[in-house]
Amino acid sequence: MPLPDDTDLSELIACPSCDALYRAVEPENGERAVCERCHHVLIAPVSRAITRVVALSLTVLMLLGTAMFLPFLKIEASGLTHSTSIVDAALSFSGVHMFGLALGVLSLIIFVPVARSLLLLFALLPLLAHRPPFQGARTAFRLSEELRPWSMAEIFVLGVGVALVKVADMARVELQAAFWLFAALVIVTVLQDGFLCRWSIWQALEGRGRHAPAADAEGEPKHV
Amino acid sequence: MSSYDALSMPLNTARKAGLVACTHCARVWPGEQKTCPRCGSALASRDRHSLSRVWAWWWVGLICYIPANLFPMLQTTLLGKTSGDTIVGGAVLLAMHGAVPVALVILLASVCIPVAKFIAVAYLALSVQHNWPSDRLRRMRLYELVEFVGRWSMIDVFVVAVLSSLVQLSIVVSIKPGPAAVTFALAVVFTMLSARSFDSRLIWDSLDPDLVPDSPNDPAPAPSGAQKDSLP
Repeated sequence: MPLPDDTDLSELIACPSCDALYRAVEPENGERAVCERCHHVLIAPVSRAITRVVALSLTVLMLLGTAMFLPFLKIEASGLTHSTSIVDAALSFSGVHMFGLALGVLSLIIFVPVARSLLLLFALLPLLAHRPPFQGARTAFRLSEELRPWSMAEIFVLGVGVALVKVADMARVELQAAFWLFAALVIVTVLQDGFLCRWSIWQALEGRGRHAPAADAEGEPKHV
Repeated sequence: MSSYDALSMPLNTARKAGLVACTHCARVWPGEQKTCPRCGSALASRDRHSLSRVWAWWWVGLICYIPANLFPMLQTTLLGKTSGDTIVGGAVLLAMHGAVPVALVILLASVCIPVAKFIAVAYLALSVQHNWPSDRLRRMRLYELVEFVGRWSMIDVFVVAVLSSLVQLSIVVSIKPGPAAVTFALAVVFTMLSARSFDSRLIWDSLDPDLVPDSPNDPAPAPSGAQKDSLP
């Protein structure tokens, strides 16, 4: 079913999961536009989304920067104590010649979350100041989205929980500052992903839509 | 949903309209466009090599998953005696110590989810290759579930990392990662890549009467609507 010749392609949205084609109409903040066919969420705008995502990215950086070097867990058994940091946990694999795995674990729980936050800040900070985005902002945002599944801080926290139960009857374990910072990080990451509506941010990076720098001048997008 | 309207009934797709959609940013372009001018990712109306990549990662993942279950994940040295625990062995040991819920979490994350994921990805790929007449929405749900749940299998690798850095009490007791930790981590990564290689739009083509005759490997037809950007 070809479209009429005068169709403006920038007004359309195709569902990334099933290819269904729609005329994009941005729903109210807090509402969601869902694909009729496969129920994939297409647009889910949130008010002041860019401010929130930027704030949460900064929080992630601060939490991770602090948590990395503070003691994480402390174990005590028959008079012996041993405390460990997050970096120690990842590097435990390098002690038995599994350098690749050590690097992989370190990436999944620290490098990838940090990289995602930095990329998001790079892409979105100029928009926050009502300026045109930096060159490369779109590549940065695409990369940050591609990194999303590889950011596994929340899984690490659950892993710590399981590990604690495993040693509970062997020794006394104390949760220390870095553990709580990491737990906070999980909540922040979940919030960040909830506020991040890809479509709205792409529109903003293109200079359209509600969050765009020029949105005040152009007004709200037309509903068709 | 009333907040947007479908372009026409029955539902139109970008492919049928002669357009190509970007799976990263959802923007639509004329059919001959090769990279998305907005986000820079490669465009393909349907990813021609999607299924071969799915199967390649799937087999590598399976090959890594077998040794991951046979070799020990953890090597515990208690008062000079070293013993190795495989994934299943470790969970059984936990259950015998009374920590049944935790044992179940481990079994679920390290055995049930990976096995179910292998089966689910293979089923999705086969259903598309052979045009099985199963419900498309249900298959889509299955695919989304596989993508969402797959990452959680990494939990066992993290447990090993935490345990072996924490439990280092000189000669009394110490824990070291076993060889299965590497192959298990690789198996999780490869199955994630396998699932991500799958082009879910193929599910929706497979039962579409207009699209079944031409295989997903054919390029999109050039329709009249998209020709304003192409040469006459």
